[in-house]
Amino acid sequence: MKYVDEYRDAARVAELAGQIASRVTRPWTLMEVCGGQTHSILRFGLDQLLPTGVELSHGPGCPVCVTSTEAIDRAIALAGLPEVVLCTYADMLRVPGSRTDLYAARADGADVRAIYSPLEAVQIATRSPGREVVLFAVGFETTAPAHALAVLQARAARLPNFSLLASHVLVPPAIEALVSASDNRVQGFLAAGHVCAVMGTEAYEPLCRKYHVPVVVTGFEPVDILQGILQLVTQLEEGRAVVENAYARVVRAEGNPVAVQQVAEVFEVVERHWRGLGPIAESGLGLRPEFARFDAQRRFGCGSAPMREGPGQDARCIAGDVLRGVKRPPSCAAFGSACTPLSPLGAPMVSSEGACAAYFRYRRRAAPESSSGAP
Amino acid sequence: MNDPELPACPLPIDRYPMVTMAHGGGGRVMNQLITELLLTAFDNPHLAAQHDGAVVSLPADRLALTTDSFVVSPLEFAGGSIGQLAVYGTANDLAMCGARPRFLTLSLILEEGLPIPTLWREVLAIKRACEVVSVHVVTGDTKVVERGKGDGMFINTSGVGELLSAWAIGPSAVRPGDAVIVTGDLGRHGIAVLAAREGLSFDSPIVSDCGSLVAPILALLEAGIELHCMRDLTRGGLASALNEVCLVSRTSLELDETQLRVDSAVRSACELYGLDPLHVANEGRCAIWLPAGDASRALEILAGFEICRGASVVGAVRDSGPGIVTARSAYGTSRIVDLLSGEQLPRIC
Repeated sequence: MKYVDEYRDAARVAELAGQIASRVTRPWTLMEVCGGQTHSILRFGLDQLLPTGVELSHGPGCPVCVTSTEAIDRAIALAGLPEVVLCTYADMLRVPGSRTDLYAARADGADVRAIYSPLEAVQIATRSPGREVVLFAVGFETTAPAHALAVLQARAARLPNFSLLASHVLVPPAIEALVSASDNRVQGFLAAGHVCAVMGTEAYEPLCRKYHVPVVVTGFEPVDILQGILQLVTQLEEGRAVVENAYARVVRAEGNPVAVQQVAEVFEVVERHWRGLGPIAESGLGLRPEFARFDAQRRFGCGSAPMREGPGQDARCIAGDVLRGVKRPPSCAAFGSACTPLSPLGAPMVSSEGACAAYFRYRRRAAPESSSGAP
Repeated sequence: MNDPELPACPLPIDRYPMVTMAHGGGGRVMNQLITELLLTAFDNPHLAAQHDGAVVSLPADRLALTTDSFVVSPLEFAGGSIGQLAVYGTANDLAMCGARPRFLTLSLILEEGLPIPTLWREVLAIKRACEVVSVHVVTGDTKVVERGKGDGMFINTSGVGELLSAWAIGPSAVRPGDAVIVTGDLGRHGIAVLAAREGLSFDSPIVSDCGSLVAPILALLEAGIELHCMRDLTRGGLASALNEVCLVSRTSLELDETQLRVDSAVRSACELYGLDPLHVANEGRCAIWLPAGDASRALEILAGFEICRGASVVGAVRDSGPGIVTARSAYGTSRIVDLLSGEQLPRIC
């Protein structure tokens, strides 16, 4: 615990908050990209320690939240096939597709199993030779290496009944999409430390140069986050825009070369449709042609499902604006009343990393916008 | 667990090393289990009557009743076992009402194949726990279910206690300005069971807080302290107990997070599993609402009991309101402390 305590130390937090306040001379809008950071900020009330005018905008860094309705519909369709065992992370179960969710599909008889590690899916395939095991592979750069490893293991074991519904997303292209949007207000980014621990920090360099926007690689504890904010506002005040690493105890510039190599061996960069952000070029990972036999979409012929976003989404849900950092959860009319973790309208209220879930859990009734509706 | 101090099991285990369906069949084997094992352990005149129920009398005209079922897996964990839980859990519930526990009922649901020595250990654990809280098992029941349908053993206990307070102790008595005491550190039981289940070991072992709160609560009542409400912190942890009382009493409560105690090994385990210690189960802790002026005297009394070592005032009832629990952090920031949305750790009690 010493390791964590050091990064939650109240004196250090107060010192950093003081340094931020003395550094800031005008309003700045910053975005923490990762949902884990959003939860930390709300759990510890770090936004309450910032000077007036410094605003934290919550980013799209929740893999469950940005997985498109279309991808969930595909997973539900696959789960409905009698021979298929669909393995997924538990957070995905209750994310609404266009008509239903995986929970309901399971109640309806589909074999949907919640797993903690991709290798569990490989084990299930090994134990169930008569079944087709499909791993619903969602996540950012952080989960891609484990999914790559699962595919490599399945190939080595010559498993004929294992495949991947690859729905990975990549962070830097999403940041570029946000910063280049006409309604963008974000002036600097706290990049997610664990993503950089895998992929390194170099991918952000061209982004900083092209858009003149600073990026600080940041961890998840209160001291980490305030340190990231301090470095970000320092750059902004000084008119600089470079990549800085405020999480050096974990992140190296080159990332984890073994993981990067494994991901590159199995996956290639593809276009991906993001919930809330729409299609973004080169923003996802798909299986390379030489691994095509592990591609569930090819194997079961569900690759041509129409691109669809919205028909099933409740019209009251502002998840898209929340994921782009344009609106905050409490400004949604449905927040805390029609939409709660028990009956979510949108993915950010479902996921443990979703911004709406974080506000519901830590701020709900304190927010003047939401006087009603605790379950 | 083979304690040489323990009395030997009176059943001829060379004949029946394990519970069989016959032990619940109503015949000679069941009779032997009841008379030689259970009646021997819980020897008292009510049981000795061997009637369908117990006829009891109590001087008090106001009684408290409660019931609880115990399904913990595994049956034994660091600091306790299902037998202890079954007595302390029900006795603590009676104490939370302001009552002195007097009588217990005991229902055992045994799984075919349960080793008789395990059963005997739990019977002895129940007996010793009854002695600690000065309560008698006066009637009971035994059933056996087929192998694979019972997970060792389940226990149900119901309790009867005599009310000691002249006023109603409960959420309706909570008043703005009340202080809230928590009687010790948080999260031990849930993590001890998790560790036993997952085979985790820590540098310093995490021992369940499983224990009786009866003596300290009776001491507070006998000292004339005006207890407004009490709630033991079981499933859902401190967060659930506080939220439940706030919702029913229509008050709000502000916690001082710096006053909450969590053992460093428990905190490490919580970090590892992504759990909030405020949501983790306890089995020997309670929250007490009382007039702020009585808090320091109550703490002095609680300090005399080992199980309440580490009791402190952790918060205050702020005003009448919609039932919000907030926590003020060491940073001076504030957040909501919410009920869990789902299940955190199943089968912990």
